[in-house]
Order: sequence, then C-alpha cells, then structure tokens
Amino acid sequence: MNSAVSAHELIKWFGEGDAKTFAVSGVSFEANFGEIFFIVGPSGSGKTTLLSMISGILRPNSGTVAIDSVEIWKLNPDRIAEFRLNKVGFVFQDYHLFPRLTTAENVAIPLILKKHDWDESIREAVGYLEIVGLKNKAELPPVKLSGGEQQRVAIARALVSKPDILIFDEPTASLDGDTGRRIMDFVKTEVLNDKRCILIVTHDSRIFEFADRIMTMEDGKIVGIENRRDGAE
Amino acid sequence: MNGTLKLAFKLLVNDKGKYAALLVGIMFAVFLMVQMTSIFSGILAKSSSTVINLGAQVWVMDPAVNNVANSIPMPDYVLDAVRSINGVKYAVPLYSGGALVKLRSGVFQSVTVLGLDDNSLFGRPELIAGKIEDIYAENAFIAVQDAEIRKLGDIRLGTDFELNDHRGVIVGIAKVTASGLFGIPTLYTTYSRAIQYIPSTRFTISYILVEPKNDDAILHIQEQVKRLGYQALTKEEFMQKIANYYKYQTGLGTNIFIMTIVSFLVGLSISGQTFYTFILENLEKFGALKAIGAKGRELVYMILFQATFTALVGYGLGVGLCTLIITAAKLKVPDYSANITFTTLAFAFVMVLIIAAISSYIGIRKVLKIEPFDIFRG
Ligand SMILES: Nc1ncnc2c1ncn2[C@@H]1O[C@H](COP(=O)(O)OP(=O)(O)OP(=O)(O)O)[C@@H](O)[C@H]1O
Ligand SMILES: [Mg+2]
Repeated sequence: MNSAVSAHELIKWFGEGDAKTFAVSGVSFEANFGEIFFIVGPSGSGKTTLLSMISGILRPNSGTVAIDSVEIWKLNPDRIAEFRLNKVGFVFQDYHLFPRLTTAENVAIPLILKKHDWDESIREAVGYLEIVGLKNKAELPPVKLSGGEQQRVAIARALVSKPDILIFDEPTASLDGDTGRRIMDFVKTEVLNDKRCILIVTHDSRIFEFADRIMTMEDGKIVGIENRRDGAE
Repeated sequence: MNGTLKLAFKLLVNDKGKYAALLVGIMFAVFLMVQMTSIFSGILAKSSSTVINLGAQVWVMDPAVNNVANSIPMPDYVLDAVRSINGVKYAVPLYSGGALVKLRSGVFQSVTVLGLDDNSLFGRPELIAGKIEDIYAENAFIAVQDAEIRKLGDIRLGTDFELNDHRGVIVGIAKVTASGLFGIPTLYTTYSRAIQYIPSTRFTISYILVEPKNDDAILHIQEQVKRLGYQALTKEEFMQKIANYYKYQTGLGTNIFIMTIVSFLVGLSISGQTFYTFILENLEKFGALKAIGAKGRELVYMILFQATFTALVGYGLGVGLCTLIITAAKLKVPDYSANITFTTLAFAFVMVLIIAAISSYIGIRKVLKIEPFDIFRG
C-alpha cells in the first residue's frame, strides 16, 4: 500500500537577507493510512509550517510532498485547490465556522464548493452532524454551541468530503481536559479508518495516548519518531 | 441558484444589521440623485413648455434670446424675408408676452398671452371645450387647462375678464402636453388681437414659426436667416438652448450638479464603508474557504454577487422612495416640477454600479491577498 503522506527534504524559509529564518529545514517522513500521526515540539519549531506544506496550503522552497503517490506541488494552483477540497479535511484551531450560517450549512460548505446541489449537501451535512452527535443542533448558528460542540461541527465539516488526509492543528487547545479526551476518543473510534490518515499537531500531552506515532520537531528539524502502537505493525 | 452564490447571498442577508445599513446607504444615494436630477429635468421640461406645445419645427428669433419667455421683438420685414427663403413652406408670426388680467372677483393675475397667426392659427392647441373657430369671435381667448388654470378662478366657456381696458371672454379650454415653469396661466388668442390689447414696442413679432418643405431644407433656412442677422433653431436646438441657459447661466445646473455629486459621494462612503467592514469581518472566513479549497475566482464571484445584489435592491428601493415622494408632492403641489426620466434612472443606475464596483474592488483586493496559511496559523 502507498504511504498516505510522503514528505521528502522539505525546506521552508521566511524573509530574506538578515531576516531569513528557516521554519522547516530538511524534513523527510512518511505517514500511513490507518494511523493517527502526532507532530509535537516547542513553539516555533515549524509544526504548522510543515502541516501547511503537506496539505497544499503553503508552497515549500524545496522538497516534495506526495499524497497517496501524487506529488501535489507539481500541480497548478487550481488543481491544488481541488486537491485540498477533495482529499484533505481541515480542522482549524479556532474552527472558523461562519456565525451567520446554521451548523448544517457550515458543515455543507465543502460539498457546496464542490458544486453539489444545495439541498442534497445540507441533507448530507445533517448526516455527518448525526455522526458527531449534533443532529439536533443542525438549525442553530454555531455561536449557540459550546466549544466542544463547535469542535465537533468543525470535524463534521472536515469529514463531509470524505478526505484521505485529516489535518488537526491543536484540536484540544481551547477545550477542557475531559472534552478534549472525548473528542479524541471519537476521532480514534469513529473518524479513523484504514483508508484515512490523521495528522495532529498538538502541545497537549494529555492526549498523547491516542497517537499511533509521535514525531518530535525542534528548530525545523525532526528529532525523533516514537512508535506508540501496542505491538507495532 | 449556484451553490456558492447562494452561500454568498446567505452570508450577506443573514448579517441583517449590515445588510440594512448597506441598503439604506444605497437607497438614499439613489433617492437623492434621482430626486435632484428629476427636479432639474422637470424644470427644464417646463421651461421649454411653449416650444413643446406649439410644435413648430423651426423657430426664428433674435440671437440674444436665451429663454422662450424673454423674447426680443423683430420687425415685420424679417417675416417677409423668411417667407421668401427657398425651402420655407410657410412662416407665421407668433406673439408671446405677459399681461395682467383683472378677474371678475377683482383680483389681478398675470398671464402669458400667446397670439397665433390669424390666417393659419399655426400652433393651435387641442381643445377640450369650445370650438377653435370661436377664437375669431370678439374678445375671444382660449385658456389652457394646466396646473395654473385655477388661478383664473372658476373658468368656463363665457367667463369674462378685463385686459388693459379691453374685455376678454373665454371661448375654449385647451389641453397642452407641458405646463409652464413660471406658475402663471396661459391664454391663447389671435396675433392681431394680442398686439391690439397688449401695449407693445415698435416691433411686435416675438418669434417666427417656420414649416420647412422638408428636413433637408432646414440647414439652408438656418444659413439664410443668419444672413439676416437673426437665428433659426430647430425645436430641439431651441429646447437645448433654453436648457443650457438654465444649466449654465442661472446657477441652477451647477447647484444640482454639486448636490448630485455629494449624494453620490455620501452613498459611496456609506455603502463602501459598510461593505468594507462586512468583508473585513468575514475575511478570516473567506481565508478558511480558500484553505478548504475555494478558488480565488470563486471568492471574487461571491463578492461581486454580494455587491451587485445589494446595489440592485438598494437601487430599487431608492427609485421606489423617489416615486413615492414625487407622487405625494404632486398631489399636494400641482406645480411641483419633477420628472423621473429614463436618463435620470439610467444615470442613477450607472452611479450605483460604480458604487458597487468600487466597494467590491476594495473587498476583492483584501480577499485575494489573504493567505490561507495565515488563517491556518491562527
Ligand atoms: N509568515 C511568516 N513570516 C515569517 N516567519 C514565519 C511565518 N510563519 C512562520 N514563521 C516562522 O517560522 C517558524 C515556525 O513557525 P510555525 O508556526 O510553523 O511554528 P509552530 O511549531 O507551529 O509553533 P506553535 O507551536 O507556536 O504554533 C517560527 O519561527 C515563525 O516565527
Ligand atoms: Mg503552530
């Protein structure tokens, strides 16, 4: 089976001349379908930058990223947008839900961007809200929901286009310990399957137990990859 | 509707406060612009009412005339000279002047008297009461049924009045297409009676109305009249000349122009500002849409749609409000001169589109600049 994610010698710097700083300097790793892959490390170590290059949001200065064997940075910008829309699900740290839309409409956005019929998209979105246990909140605006519920709405929105890769940046940073654990439990049991790879950037050691592998970064470099799965592959 | 546009629509109208502010901004801009230009075009239409009503194709006058009410009398030989120009089918004199009539009630009222050529009655109005031949009867006058007629009191056939010690009798009531600007009633009579009843200067012909043999003859007639030291204008040219007088020589045009520009700027700043805040507030969300996989051009369509939709609804409301107010004003003040013309509407429409274009340009620049990476980093 192909690797879900295959990053090779990724380099990204910001600024020029004296201000030039390397956010990611030569990172290579692979992540597989069916696994929850954590990226941890101190603030400023390049985790978000790495995740952005992997998910087609930020173009690397050099190096390659292959998702399910497709080299994404060889595609033109429109194709990359389509790649994100079809293959990647994002759960942003502060969710970025539209306050003026209902929960169901928020979840339906990726389908609507894919030009699916409006009513059908909403129906499908409600189905995903049911999966995350929020079917009864489908008609409410997101602001009427608690932080944990909003997180689940964001997850439903990430899932609705059936992505191969799911990207979470600090999924539990703004949740209390219990809610964070419940969300991660849900991700592990309901969201993960063997056609999917979940990449999670986090500082939160309380949820490390949900990881299959944990990659640690420092100063834009990998300093270690730890296998957490009992009796590994 | 296309899903992304529906999304744009919901994002816009669900933000009720801002949407209302946008509409109000555009509505008032349109209202003010249409109102200003309508009043102006109403004034212009009324200022040319005599030209419109008499319907002559070519008018001969002193070159210094800039306004139909202030005619400069011409000597009789001009009429003969015009009649002998090649291409003139016929030419008749017109008397136009002001007079004071004493009504039965003892009230004095100023009027405009138009004296039509005795032989042809060229330029005669359409009557709604009485017969046109009666204009030849003793002391006969025809009153015009417009907004001013009530100033003559209770007018009917046979009503009499005094005009410079002469008796006048109403023998007909006429209908006209346009009523005048100066708020005074109009009376028609024959040319000879007009100059007999109204004391005048040595010369008595106010205008010469010319019917050319065909359209091609007009240019030649104009050249020949110019040689006489007078000016021949087509109906349209004369109206334009009058309009230019009001536009450029009375300060009216400049003021209306300034007010219109100010209305436009006020509308632009209210709507532009509100739309800009609307975009700014949703900027992160647009960035999130980009990250999720929306293409730049899809976001551009969304913003263009939002701006255009708001502009059209605001335009409709503004025009509606204007119609309402002008109609209401006309009920109260019959002389109220405001014409909502197609040009006025088209002008306001273009201005609204410019407002929408400028607002969306600002929004689009912002949205295209936003990097999904920055949204992702939080
Ligand atoms: N747009 C940018 N311009 C300049 N420097 C940047 C930019 N984005 C990131 N950096 C720098 O790149 C480095 C890595 O940033 P990154 O956000 O990837 O770190 P991180 O590991 O995600 O940190 P955190 O845990 O605080 O989120 C930092 O030094 C940061 O200042
Ligand atoms: Mg980060």
